[in-house]
Amino acid sequence: MYKILEKQVLSDVTKLMVIEAPHVAKKAKAGQFIIVKIDEQGERIPLTIADYDSNAGTITIIFQEVGQSTMHLGTLEPGDMLATFAGPLGHPTEIENFGTVVCVGGGVGIAPVYPIARALKQAGNTVISIIGARSKDLLFWEDKMRSVSDEFHVCTDDGSHGRKCLVTDPLKEILEARKGSVAKVWAIGPAIMMKFVTLATKPFNVPTIVSLNTIMIDGTGMCGGCRVLLDEGAKFVCVDGPEFDGHKVDWTSLLSRLQYYREEEHAAIEHWKHHCNLEKAITDGGK
Amino acid sequence: MAKLDPKERMKIPRQPMPNQDAVIRSGNFEEVALGYTEETMRKEAERCLQCKKPACVEGCPVGVLIPQFILALREGNMTKAVEAMKVKNNLPAICGRVCPQEVQCEGKCIVGKKGEPVAIGRLERYVGDFELAHRTCPLAAAPATGKKIAVVGTGPAGLTCAVDMAREGHKVTMFESLHGAGGVLVYGIPEFRLPKGVVFGEINYAVDCLGIDIKTDHVVGRSVSLNELLGEYDAVFLGTGAGLPSFMRIPGINLNGVMSANEFLTRVNLMKGYLFPEYSTPVKTGKRVAVVGAGNVAMDAARCSARMQALQAKQTNGDKGEVHIVYRRSKDEIPARGEEVHHAEEEGIIFDLLTNPIEILGDSTGKVVGIRCIRMELGEPDASGRRKPVAIEGSEFEMEMDTVIMALGTSPNPLVFVDADGLERTKYGTAVADTTTGRTRKQRVWAGGDVVTGAATVISAMGAGKRAAADMHKFLKGEAPW
Repeated sequence: MYKILEKQVLSDVTKLMVIEAPHVAKKAKAGQFIIVKIDEQGERIPLTIADYDSNAGTITIIFQEVGQSTMHLGTLEPGDMLATFAGPLGHPTEIENFGTVVCVGGGVGIAPVYPIARALKQAGNTVISIIGARSKDLLFWEDKMRSVSDEFHVCTDDGSHGRKCLVTDPLKEILEARKGSVAKVWAIGPAIMMKFVTLATKPFNVPTIVSLNTIMIDGTGMCGGCRVLLDEGAKFVCVDGPEFDGHKVDWTSLLSRLQYYREEEHAAIEHWKHHCNLEKAITDGGK
Repeated sequence: MAKLDPKERMKIPRQPMPNQDAVIRSGNFEEVALGYTEETMRKEAERCLQCKKPACVEGCPVGVLIPQFILALREGNMTKAVEAMKVKNNLPAICGRVCPQEVQCEGKCIVGKKGEPVAIGRLERYVGDFELAHRTCPLAAAPATGKKIAVVGTGPAGLTCAVDMAREGHKVTMFESLHGAGGVLVYGIPEFRLPKGVVFGEINYAVDCLGIDIKTDHVVGRSVSLNELLGEYDAVFLGTGAGLPSFMRIPGINLNGVMSANEFLTRVNLMKGYLFPEYSTPVKTGKRVAVVGAGNVAMDAARCSARMQALQAKQTNGDKGEVHIVYRRSKDEIPARGEEVHHAEEEGIIFDLLTNPIEILGDSTGKVVGIRCIRMELGEPDASGRRKPVAIEGSEFEMEMDTVIMALGTSPNPLVFVDADGLERTKYGTAVADTTTGRTRKQRVWAGGDVVTGAATVISAMGAGKRAAADMHKFLKGEAPW
């Protein structure tokens, strides 16, 4: 069992948790992910590592409540235990001094892009960061991202904070203004955002790394549910990734695979809400 | 019963295994084979001739003391039967259920030369189940040696090696990447063939009776590497199995509705997807399922699919649907255990033999709608000794399907080879290890089971775990230097 040490509510639907998991923290590096399972009945869900402290033996995760499991996770509090916490999984980000790099984080993707930007900065890169979300209340870690960036841009779809634009707008401007000098781009966020980032960087021929979060079960190469089509054939996100050359990803296939369990996700949420209401009714009734 | 002579023993008919009715069982996940009663057990035990040179034992990969345990059963001495069993076999309740006895012990049984062989597997299961129900911790551990052993993987190879080493007095720690121990016994083999309560019972023997420590959620190669383990432990056994699924290289493999048997079985078994939404992991089983392949895993996937369809039909009051096994060879070449094929047929699985998929067809949303196949005929024997299937030109046809499950074999997971310099691999990705000792090319590292052989059986993995433990023990005593 793994203890939740700390919890921060970053927005209505975005939560941060610090988990005591020394066996994961000892080896964790930027770009890797963990698998968490809340309890006996829970499903195994992959979450990218937002931060880690090998001395303290802790891993920080940030998640958006989009399905039943993340909603359930969001109701837990410090002191509560998680049944499973496995990792670190996947390959770490390749960090070296590339020169000038751009790090793009969209929505909950800001969390995993932060340790990458930090590591790139420490390696001597000039780091330009762009973070974005639908609206102000979905943004977080603005200060942290700014502190590891040489140049920093904030966008919201509705203009409630920063510039009213998509992350691809400042990205295109940067690539245009610094033609030939941007060595690499990282993009982490919703699949559709990553797709458009790769479309934006393609004409400039700038290598673009995306971190994919697909449906998976074990996270160790066993189920193959996470497979993604690249130019060279199918790869497993869990063991071959999670980072891939975004220009090689078949986004249509990826987006369609992400939708496959949508009906079941709704059913799970309904079941869980009903169950929660029942429990609440029983507790309230007993008062 | 009065003492019988061999002729009389030969006259006793082989006692049938009571099974759940085929129609009822194909709608639930409860165990199919119900087990002998004490009476049928006694009758079956009387059939054994107690051969001086027992051929059955030669047929067993772990050399179970078969005549001894059957004699104890006949005498009604269960304590003695359990002890005789546990000398060689740590997991009798599992082996009795999943071993291919027809090609092992029972295949060699002298009684079987003239009639039907003694049902050694069913008797073994009886002993195993008795031990689970009356845990007595037979064969306790020797005094502590002070040596520390790491066993990577908690499947049949690892469990066997761990238990044998613990019995010798070594301190054993097991590493498991998933959230529960048991490996393929838990994620792969379905509940109705091997109840998880039985697996956990056998694992608890390792933990409760022998003090073995199991570290779950530890992915060797990621959380900790082989080289790091060697810094902390005197010897390491790798029993990491063959967990990597293979997909056919045909168009349409990434469509929604195509999955590996590993994924499907893991969702159903390990994650208990058949209890969704009480358990959170969903399983999507369509009305028309094609399982490609005809090994034990394919039979498991097909039979699980039929059960999922039945559960869904019950909820929606709809019709059940169909499950097809699509196999490119003929019935004679089917690699699955005979009983599994028989059970699958009884449960209504349709066998499309001499049929090979060449394309998976999808709709505009990326979902499977069918498979295009080609008819095959058998040609000359290939390297495996089986007649090679050859496509019949112009025989392509389409079948409507909404789910395609690939059960085409598995290969070892390469993660364990990370930071493990000197651990050699074959071109098939299997670890190079000596077949009699289990020694790899890396000092103080042994390996056995599917990680060495590629996908095989539970009992052959156990045999490898046993041989490795014997050699590892000798090495640690200084009797067999590297």
